[in-house]
Amino acid sequence: MNKTGRNGGRGELLVLLEAAQSKSAHISRDTITELAESLDLSIGEVYGVASFYSFLSTKPQGRNIIRICKSLPCLLKHAQTIIDSVRQEIGILPGETTPDGRFSFELTNCIGACDKAPAMMVNSDVHGDLTPKKIAKVLQAYK
Amino acid sequence: MPEKRVVLKNCGVIDPQDIASYLAADGFKALEKALKLHLKQVIDEVKASELRGRGGAGFPCGLKWEFASKAQGNEKYVICNADEGEVGTFKDRYILENDPFSLIEGIAIAGYAIGAKKAYIYLRAEYHFLLDLLQNAIAQAKKKGFLGHLDIEVREGAGAYVCGEESALMDSIEGKRGEVRYRPPFPPTSGLWGKPTIINNVETLTNIPRIILNGAEWFGKMGTEKSKGTKVFSVSGDVAKPGVYELVLGSPLRELVEKLAKAEKVKTVQIGGATGRIIPYAMIDASLSFESVLGAGAITVFDESRDIIDIVGKTMEFLAEESCGKCTPCREGTEVMVETMERLGRGEGLKKDIKVLEELAETMMLCSMCGLGQAAPIPVVDSLEHFRGEYENRIRQS
Repeated sequence: MNKTGRNGGRGELLVLLEAAQSKSAHISRDTITELAESLDLSIGEVYGVASFYSFLSTKPQGRNIIRICKSLPCLLKHAQTIIDSVRQEIGILPGETTPDGRFSFELTNCIGACDKAPAMMVNSDVHGDLTPKKIAKVLQAYK
Repeated sequence: MPEKRVVLKNCGVIDPQDIASYLAADGFKALEKALKLHLKQVIDEVKASELRGRGGAGFPCGLKWEFASKAQGNEKYVICNADEGEVGTFKDRYILENDPFSLIEGIAIAGYAIGAKKAYIYLRAEYHFLLDLLQNAIAQAKKKGFLGHLDIEVREGAGAYVCGEESALMDSIEGKRGEVRYRPPFPPTSGLWGKPTIINNVETLTNIPRIILNGAEWFGKMGTEKSKGTKVFSVSGDVAKPGVYELVLGSPLRELVEKLAKAEKVKTVQIGGATGRIIPYAMIDASLSFESVLGAGAITVFDESRDIIDIVGKTMEFLAEESCGKCTPCREGTEVMVETMERLGRGEGLKKDIKVLEELAETMMLCSMCGLGQAAPIPVVDSLEHFRGEYENRIRQS
């Protein structure tokens, strides 16, 4: 039951990738190779899973990941002004990481906080009812 | 028809961190009752209630359970789909945040009914902040001895809308890319690891303890002929009071949008998220039911200042990004729709664009492998029906 199996085998791949992501802020080539060997899978197969999910990254990321929701309920509540303020505050564009490695900046699809739109996530924390004025203060907490 | 808290009856009433407060609110009485019944009686009760899936598809829940119960084999699974990713949906988050115990009780009853020893809750990555609360609730239920027959494990998603689709969700739990499967076979006969599996939405499972405790007859008194019970709605967009509302099925859309959420000057309402229906204000008295419009209960309201081409364009962008890419009609169709909507948005539409969109929509609906691709053209089709003039205005005059 190990290769296809429920415990310890392939069924653990996503869990293991999620653990690597949260430990090292990305999934390195070494991690992919090690997982492929230990689960008896091809490197391509592990990479295929690692690159499928938007919360997993095969490139190094910053210590804190900002994800601003760009789906309609947030856009209706001026999410663009939040995107602009974050861009000004940390000086990078979506898809980039600050040179000091403090922040990675992404736009994301609906995070299920539409009742608090506009909303964003920083790491696992959800921040809602945002205004451009609140941005600096929210980001201050993340070193 | 009024607001009625059946699914949400404990939300804001109990302490989601403390099982004692749930027990004081008749918690786990339904499970105790179910465990004294033969599993066939439990399934018959759910069947008699005519409860239909609350994740959008509306499949009869009892029937699904019966298929899985009758399927061969000892190894069976219950999966709770807590991967609500539909744009504008947050009602399952609200249930998980406020009453995780009712969900756990529903899962425990489902496990008993189909003979599963293992259940998974597939929680979307965006809801990682709820993981501790959920695991704490499971641990408390276990400690009180309510989960002797069933092990419940939380598995986290990693950011993929398509994993809310049941076959992609199972692949994700199996450690694969979240790509959809060909069906048949359907999950109740061959699901997780090829074993009989039922997959139910958070809200569906939260209905179960209410049905078992109060009976199918009580449940059947609420709703319409084909839509029994209540529905929990997530309301967002151009409204003064966004939030979660529970109404008896069959209630008019107007009541939810104008009376409760306090919307004004409504132009259109998107019901069911990105793959949902686009309803013009002229149809605001439509009934919220499986017979009419419902989806998973995401209600996004757009006022008169909003542009239909922009709304549909953004919706198609979302679907193109979230398409798993396995089948061509969905992968390529959504991309072509994005390009066309962008061109229309710039006022550079071509004369043939409307015809191409209509033909493409038909192909995608007929040929896509899963609900995402089959339903992806709905915003285009609906808006062409109700707001055709806005498309025609964007066609380049030469």
